[in-house]
Amino acid sequence: MATARVLGASIKRREDPRFLTGRGNYTDDVKLQGLTHAAFVRSPHANARIRGIDVAQAKAHPGVVAVFTGKDMTGVQSLPCGWLLPELKIPAHPPLATEAARYVGDPVAVVIAETQAAARDAADLVQVNWDVLPSVTATEQAAAAGAPQIHEVAPSNVAFNWQIGDAAATDAVFKTADVVVRKRIVNQRLVANALEPRACAARYDAATGDLTLWVTSQNPHVHRLLMTAFVLGIPEHKVRVIAPDVGGGFGSKIFLYNEETVCSWATRQINRPVRWTAQRTESFQTDAHGRDHVTDAEIALSRDGKMLGLRVKTVANLGAYLSTFAPAVPTYLYGTLLNGVYTFGAIHCAVTGVFTNTTPVDAYRGAGRPEACYLVERMVDAAAALKMDTAEIRRRNFIPKFANGFETKVALTYDSGDYAGAFDRLLQMFDLKKFRTEQAAARQQGKLMGVGFSTYIEACSIAPSKVVGALGAQAGLWESGTVRVHPTGKVSVYTGSHSHGQGHETTFAQLVADHLGIPMDDVDIIHGDTGSVPFGMGTYGSRSASVGGTALVMSMNKIKEKGKKIAAHLLEAAPGDMDYAGGQFFVKGSPQKAVPFGQVALTAYVPHNYPEGLEPGLEETSFYDPSNFCFPFGAHACVVEVDPDTGGVKVVRYLAVDDVGNVINPMIVDGMVHGGIAQGVGQALWEGAVYESESGQLLTGSMMDYALPKAEMLPMYETARTETPTPVNPLGVKGAGETGTIAATPAVVNAVVDALSGLGVDHIETMPLTPERVWNTIQAARARK
Amino acid sequence: MNKRSVSMTINGTTHTHEVEPRLLLVHYIRELAGLTGTHVGCDTSQCGACVIHMNGQAVKSCTLFAVQANGAQIKTIEGLATDGQLHPIQDAFWEKHGLQCGFCTPGMIMSAVQLLERYPKPSETQIRHELEGNLCRCTGYHNIVKAIQYAAEKMAGK
Repeated sequence: MATARVLGASIKRREDPRFLTGRGNYTDDVKLQGLTHAAFVRSPHANARIRGIDVAQAKAHPGVVAVFTGKDMTGVQSLPCGWLLPELKIPAHPPLATEAARYVGDPVAVVIAETQAAARDAADLVQVNWDVLPSVTATEQAAAAGAPQIHEVAPSNVAFNWQIGDAAATDAVFKTADVVVRKRIVNQRLVANALEPRACAARYDAATGDLTLWVTSQNPHVHRLLMTAFVLGIPEHKVRVIAPDVGGGFGSKIFLYNEETVCSWATRQINRPVRWTAQRTESFQTDAHGRDHVTDAEIALSRDGKMLGLRVKTVANLGAYLSTFAPAVPTYLYGTLLNGVYTFGAIHCAVTGVFTNTTPVDAYRGAGRPEACYLVERMVDAAAALKMDTAEIRRRNFIPKFANGFETKVALTYDSGDYAGAFDRLLQMFDLKKFRTEQAAARQQGKLMGVGFSTYIEACSIAPSKVVGALGAQAGLWESGTVRVHPTGKVSVYTGSHSHGQGHETTFAQLVADHLGIPMDDVDIIHGDTGSVPFGMGTYGSRSASVGGTALVMSMNKIKEKGKKIAAHLLEAAPGDMDYAGGQFFVKGSPQKAVPFGQVALTAYVPHNYPEGLEPGLEETSFYDPSNFCFPFGAHACVVEVDPDTGGVKVVRYLAVDDVGNVINPMIVDGMVHGGIAQGVGQALWEGAVYESESGQLLTGSMMDYALPKAEMLPMYETARTETPTPVNPLGVKGAGETGTIAATPAVVNAVVDALSGLGVDHIETMPLTPERVWNTIQAARARK
Repeated sequence: MNKRSVSMTINGTTHTHEVEPRLLLVHYIRELAGLTGTHVGCDTSQCGACVIHMNGQAVKSCTLFAVQANGAQIKTIEGLATDGQLHPIQDAFWEKHGLQCGFCTPGMIMSAVQLLERYPKPSETQIRHELEGNLCRCTGYHNIVKAIQYAAEKMAGK
């Protein structure tokens, strides 16, 4: 009987019943015998030397088990940076600061107690004698003359100077161009705000020497490797890292942080389990932040709207220390995407990374690509404001459709694309002509409406190990996958990818069930535990389906090849004559001569009648290293209404056409697109981390102060897809986790600028576009008129 | 700190403990009653991951002391399904993919239950307005709204 194919179907998620009934198992839910609770003492100052720390009162507090400072952690090394650039300045980053604290929230001591309340009470009793120093938090001021020097190793607070593209060719293009448009573009600092706060629980077993760490991680093997090999110096094989249910990550749970390092060290000192769970203000202060660029950009055009060149100078704020992958984000994940979907003649980009007295900055959903996309899409619109419709200028510059390889001006080779195709699909859903008529009519009545487009590209499926190694990555970026067929034909799948909302327990099961031709119910997906899963690189950069999924395909191919040998033996046929489909091994051309998958599995484990020389068992592991990135793309449109009296912006419609290659589960892809859009709109209109310049205090340190999108602030999204398979991997999948966030921010800002274009506005320098900022823009424009 | 005796019924089971007066209800539910489906996401009453029902009212359990719930009838996400059957709203969230990481989900569902008790046929605007106290960082709310609309239809059809 023919059954509907599970690959490509919107199948309900198998992980949901436990979440729907409160049976999820997040790190803070893990129950441990003899558990103690950690509370961190953090710097209230942005920049201060530590003269001394008095822990006597805290130690004497009822219920306190131990108090440690950085000086107690002898032999513990600095938290490492996993991506090196030429001449990168790497300051020491001790898990507990010993000499000085460099940002508000920098931990200097830990109190461990019988209860959370006792730990927090006692943390308040730790006396730190501070020598408060001047601080610098603003991106542009970090390298200015006279700015406070944060680290001795980094003169003028400069961590690196980096560039990409052809400076001379770009200068030449600008000299002869008809039109040059210059804009300053500020991509403000964001906080990821996964709803589950970061947490860890570490348990040392003195009898065996084993350490188990439960941690909110997107990549438990990476956590284990960094912690054991670089920081704590304890043997990797004696440490098991478990990332159980994880409540969202968005990048912020990739990195090795101070807290899990300290708790893993402390459990060995006190011989009891130690747990720490962030309070939300700790999350705001210490989860790696995202974005924070100040850019001067220039675009060169011909009179007929042909984009000739792009010249970009960016200052990227890295915060007080180098977080795990911080140097990669404003360089190789940013400068390489400035080609967008357009046929530029030349591009040059120079980036200066600076230290400031702020929370370290690292990857946040999109990581570098949103900054690049925002810049390119804003510049395209700013150029169009000269006289051309924003749809028309895009059409004139799209890279023509291609199926296998397009070389950009910034070192990438795009895999496959049909950028005009996605834009055409969008304009089938959105009647631009009709909108322009309505917009003009509304303007007559003093109403401000606007539409913004974003024809984006991003790079995901990170990444070919050799390539990223040449660029400074201290890791390989392959993925692992084990397929274990049990004697009854049931299958356990172990993937190095990690799911923290993406739904891998469903999508990987769809993939495996489809490829093996067995029911989904016969397949279980196991992830997030170094104790059971082979070494894997985890989930970020929209890599799970394309890189992790391909590793599984490779293992299943090996299973099939071995199965063919077993089945051929049972059927007395030649292995080369065997085929596999629908859960049956059969002789080519004679489908009645068949052995079912389950029988082959049983035979592999009970090998009485078995091919000579073949190993028993049916289990395969593969490691897949991709040959290239994958490049999803698409076209988004946002329609806004702006209240001229208040500056309030309302998102009226949001349309998205995404091309993520082949799709495993459309429902799940749509869901990720929705959530991504919400975060992108959030950056455009509401979100932003703000530091008080004098004191260096984080003013947006709670959900009362940092505006996260709520249901009422967003519309329903109108989504559609084009499907251009990638030639890079056998699944043809590109990656869908970050497209919405990358595309949405410029679409929204372009829409607001379009709404105000009648007033002569062609740019707004800084996001978020709060009512105050928009109102001021309107007032300034009216004053100019 | 002087402890006080507190007793409450959670999902039909009576719990009695000696607690510090400052203990929040959410910590009582999670740590003393051992029901970890109710989550803490923000500490400042914005996120709604801790929403439970107290005497039939949806409340944020991070905003109450445990002693204030003395004698109360509490229902948490663990008590919503009956006889192994998902509540129609739980089922609707599953059907319409109204969750991703699952962390906001218990609070979101407990709020949605109250929402449909008050407004059995809510408009989209009404749903979005009523979810003012619940944050989700994964779904962009689209499928949460769809799920509540779907549940409303199902429950009206009963």
